[in-house]
Amino acid sequence: MREITLSKAVNEAIAEEMRRDPAVFVIGEDVAEAGTPFKVLSGLVEEFGTDRIIDTPISEPGFMGIAVGAAMTGSRPIVDLMFGDFLFLVMDQLCNQAAKTHYMSGGKLSVPLVLRTNLGATRRSAAQHSQSLHALVAHIPGLKVALPSSAYEAKGLMKTAIRDNNPVVIFEDKLMYNDKAPVPEEEYLIPFGVANIRRAGNDITLIATSSMVQVAEAAAALLAAEGVEAEVIDPRTIVPLDEATIIASVRKTGRAIVIDEGHRSFGVTAEIAARIAEKAFYHLDGPVLRLGAMDVPVPFSPVLEDLTVPTPAAVVDAARKLMRGEAGHDA
Amino acid sequence: MSNTETYLRMYRQMVRIRAFEDQANQLYLSARMPGLTHMYSGQEAVAVGICEALRPTDRITSTHRGHGHCVAKGAEFKPMFCELLGRAEGYCRGKGGSMHIADQANGNLGANAIVGGSMGIATGAALSARRQGRDDVAVCFFGDGATAQGLMYEVMNMAALWQLPVIYACENNGYSEYTRTDEIAAGSILARAQAFGIESFRVDGQDVLAVNDLAQRLVARARKGEGPFFIELETYRYHGHHVGDINRGYYRSKDEETRWKTERDPIDTLARWMTGQGLTTQDDLDAIASAIRAEAEAAVAYALAAPFPDAAEVSRHVFAA
Repeated sequence: MREITLSKAVNEAIAEEMRRDPAVFVIGEDVAEAGTPFKVLSGLVEEFGTDRIIDTPISEPGFMGIAVGAAMTGSRPIVDLMFGDFLFLVMDQLCNQAAKTHYMSGGKLSVPLVLRTNLGATRRSAAQHSQSLHALVAHIPGLKVALPSSAYEAKGLMKTAIRDNNPVVIFEDKLMYNDKAPVPEEEYLIPFGVANIRRAGNDITLIATSSMVQVAEAAAALLAAEGVEAEVIDPRTIVPLDEATIIASVRKTGRAIVIDEGHRSFGVTAEIAARIAEKAFYHLDGPVLRLGAMDVPVPFSPVLEDLTVPTPAAVVDAARKLMRGEAGHDA
Repeated sequence: MSNTETYLRMYRQMVRIRAFEDQANQLYLSARMPGLTHMYSGQEAVAVGICEALRPTDRITSTHRGHGHCVAKGAEFKPMFCELLGRAEGYCRGKGGSMHIADQANGNLGANAIVGGSMGIATGAALSARRQGRDDVAVCFFGDGATAQGLMYEVMNMAALWQLPVIYACENNGYSEYTRTDEIAAGSILARAQAFGIESFRVDGQDVLAVNDLAQRLVARARKGEGPFFIELETYRYHGHHVGDINRGYYRSKDEETRWKTERDPIDTLARWMTGQGLTTQDDLDAIASAIRAEAEAAVAYALAAPFPDAAEVSRHVFAA
């Protein structure tokens, strides 16, 4: 199978859906000729024109609000939010308007829009261009949240997001845009709420999202060399969350580590760990462990920034403790 | 329709709003309505003058003070009162309430409880209309208080750049919640829109004929792609910021309220003009008004007896299918 970059996969998904449905358009900063700073949308304006690849001023709340209104009236906008950190700018339009409109109107109005943005630290971009804020939107009922972990997921999830009749926030890891993965030539969609078991194993379950799937897989390879077979699960969407696959795996292995690049506290790892505790408690041989970004603003200095994110070594370390029955004893 | 029929229709719609609000206020005062609500009484000529220039496929966005816009855009009393009382037959199945009432079939994209929160939505509706090749327009109703929100400037900028068919209708009722507008707005409100090159107009918001005349002209031009436009409508809210805002002496005088109610009431103003022109008689107008008040009363009785939503409704419509 051919291999393409994550960037190309997103581009293909959007182009295919725009050819399929004239209601779809892209709106955001520097999306047209510039093709976004990461060049993900390069070439789209040549095919679809500036009526459908719409450059805006630097007005995130404004174009987010315009997209909400357009979505309520028969359009299917894809909002391009240049950095995930800018979510804070669009919060009212996303969380008070888009997320609640269907419910508040008793189902009469709907907001079929995609907000595509990114997450991920270690790009030396400091505290306002490095955050992973998906837990923030996952907390709000009415929003779906997708976290592609490779080019394959990026394409299939984007196409599903565009066809969904709800606001969907899709976070791409900005460090993975040039990562290649096998992507079929023929069309496919990835349904929401269906986790992917990336690697099967009986000893321990590693539940990882987005870029942390790579971290978990690297850790699983290291653990295999020690005779520990880890099962790696990528939920692919956290809203909806494929709880059944996660619970079934943990009931089998009796051990779980959740790895996500959001801040460790009050986030995705806590939610998944709590659900495991609620539904697989009597199958557990040790506490559910969590690895997330440190609870600090992302620092600029590379030596500091690298300390803030989960690494394969940290996952292996946590897994060894769990396997030895030593986890949960630290102060 | 003859002109007289048009005037009578505007009269009827204004009286409908007033009757609705009088009933809603009574429901609140008699503790039969959950929560609270914001009265539109006094501002009727704004909603009616503008909405009478629109057709059902034109979109409006409304505010927390939204019953007037909803009635003016064609809503019925029964599902409106049901919504205010949290009943299953409400326009939003009882899940939106007064501050989120929406009537999509008549082009009302909903009231909004975030001041200025719908300015993007109206602008986006205008973008949709143009992209879909329809000559529909969108009207964004908002108060003077919302001119202090940054979103307004972002979307007016884009609407002007893209010449969108949207009309920003600023209902300047003199008060931003409990604060006089001149204490929260520096400079001129019209100048805000003019800075973007948006053609802007000020009109007496108590004169429904003046409002409608301006709205007809601007809507027609917006349909031809000459938008956006901005209107400042000078008006007055008879009640407090919300129904519970009873003692208002610290921010405005009883004299001021009385002056607006006796000298500039939009319903009386139209009635005086029509009878003065010999187009109708006060008796005929009174008959219209009393029939409407009876209809409102019956709708309240209906809504009070209507069933609440099933418990299962609580988790429906979080997501669209």
